[in-house]
Amino acid sequence: MAATEQTIKQVNTLGSSDYKYGFSTEVDEIRPPKGLNEEIIKFISAQKDEPEWMLEWRLNAFKVFNKLPKPQWAKLNIPEIDYQDCYYYSIPKSLKDKPKSLDEIDPEILKTYEKLGIPLKEQKMLSGIAVDAVFDSVSVATTYKKQLSDLGIVFCSISEAVKTHPELVKKYLGSVIPVSDHSFAALNSAVFTDGSFIYIPEGVRCPVELSTYFRINAMNTGQFERTLIIADKDSYVSYLEGCTAPMRDENQLHAANVELVALDNAEIKYSTVQNWYPGDKEGKGGIYNFVTKRGACRGKNSKISWTQVETGSAITWKYPSCILQGDNSKGEFYSVAITNNMQQADTGTKMIHIGKNTSSKIISKGISAGKANNTYRGLVNILSKAKNARNFTQCDSLLIGNQCGAHTVPYIESSNSDSMVEHEATTSKINEDQLFYCQQRGLNSEDAVGLIVNGFCKEVLQHLPMEFAVEAQKLVAISLEGSVG
Amino acid sequence: MLEIKNLHVSIEEKKIIKGLDLSINKGEVHALMGPNGSGKSTLSYVLSGKDKYEINDGTIDYNGKNLLELDVDERANEGLFLAFQYPMEIPGVQTSFFLKTAINSKRKYLGQSEMDALEFAKLMKSKAEELNISTEMLKRDLNVNYSGGEKKKQEILQMSMLSPKMAILDETDSGLDIDALRIVSEGVNKLRNSENSFLVITHYQRLLNYIKPDFVHIIADGKIVKSGDYSLALELEEKGYEEISQTA
Repeated sequence: MAATEQTIKQVNTLGSSDYKYGFSTEVDEIRPPKGLNEEIIKFISAQKDEPEWMLEWRLNAFKVFNKLPKPQWAKLNIPEIDYQDCYYYSIPKSLKDKPKSLDEIDPEILKTYEKLGIPLKEQKMLSGIAVDAVFDSVSVATTYKKQLSDLGIVFCSISEAVKTHPELVKKYLGSVIPVSDHSFAALNSAVFTDGSFIYIPEGVRCPVELSTYFRINAMNTGQFERTLIIADKDSYVSYLEGCTAPMRDENQLHAANVELVALDNAEIKYSTVQNWYPGDKEGKGGIYNFVTKRGACRGKNSKISWTQVETGSAITWKYPSCILQGDNSKGEFYSVAITNNMQQADTGTKMIHIGKNTSSKIISKGISAGKANNTYRGLVNILSKAKNARNFTQCDSLLIGNQCGAHTVPYIESSNSDSMVEHEATTSKINEDQLFYCQQRGLNSEDAVGLIVNGFCKEVLQHLPMEFAVEAQKLVAISLEGSVG
Repeated sequence: MLEIKNLHVSIEEKKIIKGLDLSINKGEVHALMGPNGSGKSTLSYVLSGKDKYEINDGTIDYNGKNLLELDVDERANEGLFLAFQYPMEIPGVQTSFFLKTAINSKRKYLGQSEMDALEFAKLMKSKAEELNISTEMLKRDLNVNYSGGEKKKQEILQMSMLSPKMAILDETDSGLDIDALRIVSEGVNKLRNSENSFLVITHYQRLLNYIKPDFVHIIADGKIVKSGDYSLALELEEKGYEEISQTA
């Protein structure tokens, strides 16, 4: 059997049973009826005990949402989404009365996170990483809170921040992604449930990785994550998010808005390992991952760096972007997107150069197997005031088998003559001779594919925080092979 | 060690090997010489299990196992090693990491535990020094931007670290300058012992000045047409393939 045929066969055997986070947790939920309307928005706001200004902001966003058409630019086949046939809020009953300590949390939920490798109890907490755990529509717990607050760092759920730091939320929420940006952004603004809020004060270098773990559990429920990270002058933070969901036959929606703000000399490093349930081999079920992520380099010499490993979801629609406003600011985007079976991904970035001497770097690695489609879509826009701006873009695609597709759609707009834009792109098929070479050295064909693909992704994976790089390498291999270890 | 009987191989309907017999015992070094297109490289690929080759007839016994029934990686882990004529580049994979992965694949196959990092580093360092390979090179991506000579040395390094039972060297001398040829040959000679065997495939007698074979076979048109000891290689050098094949 030809080596690629073997690979394709292995890839095909990767059924839904190989998704190791596919279990669900039995909990009693509080869940208002299905449907999207003002009542539900009021319900969410009331559940969260929000101030009046927050509710008004939501209701206004809902009005905007009703006027906006669905974004159409992506090369995706997105089935019509019936917004009325979806639950917008679901929280475990045990979390309703805001448990004061972990002892008051339903042990089933704590067990869920332990199964996912994210222990929340003090004695078992991951060292060097503070975690905010979000279960459906609510944040369960945040670790290392006390240690961080001693440094003046705020790391809590956004629901909590609305109440405890309203001045920061009011100032920055929606300042990077306007409510009217597109319909998913408006929808999220109207019904967002939970996510993380981070504020790093001036001159503070956050000593640990901050991390949020998103888990969708309830059926037919959308998850509307909202995350806001503000790095004040001369500060630094590295943040990582992870995502999983149970295996279900129906599609579920995850529509997130993530906003980052970096002031003078500040740096934000944002990493994502996205492993939502991708659906089964025939394309049944799976998460629709419609995510708007945008960072504003507001201050001079500021830097925002996005690193993403996208292996899950039935559909991924995601363009983490940088607005390079401050002079000398830097934006980076490192991406690995793997699609297998019937998965579709349309992902990339936007780099908007506004300030002088701004620079951006884009490294995108797309891997397609099965019947999947993978598109890189990017925009590099250099405005007239962005004297001496620089961009380097490299897009590489790797195809496994001959039923998948890879597409590269780079847009470049430059309004001044001092800037320099470089673009490189390659598309290749996994090489049989490379596979044979590895196998002749004793690697089985699965390990050989894993090794070659990881080599292909190396430039991106090395930007992940060390604690997660090894995990991500395994994930890359697993999502292509079906050899869950 | 290896017993090939009446082997017939074709690729895309074209017959390449037409009734080849070859027997290699433990501790022996055999040289296989022949002109371009005679089936030398095909034999090395068939032995290592590359696909696209159709076995039309014949048997290959390898240490009591039917070699043709084993997968490529099984053959490798059973101690069969092919030093490639054109080693593959693997971008993004550090040479030392590749070596470690290969060694541990074999250990896993044999039911042994993984080699620990320190032991591995020591082994790699000593073997690399023998072959005059710099540690800087081991940090580079496997075979990427290596010179022809460096690639061949790398093959021999992999061979010495995996210490195979049956090693096939496919035109390892091609593209080597005289210094590299000497180093590579010394590497091979160090590995030789009474327990392992080598099949050295080459065009030229030159290599056999350094690696002295016990037997020399001449292959032409998919068959071994003449076998002898080292003196056959010298005779070949003098008379050329055509005359030798005809007198056979």
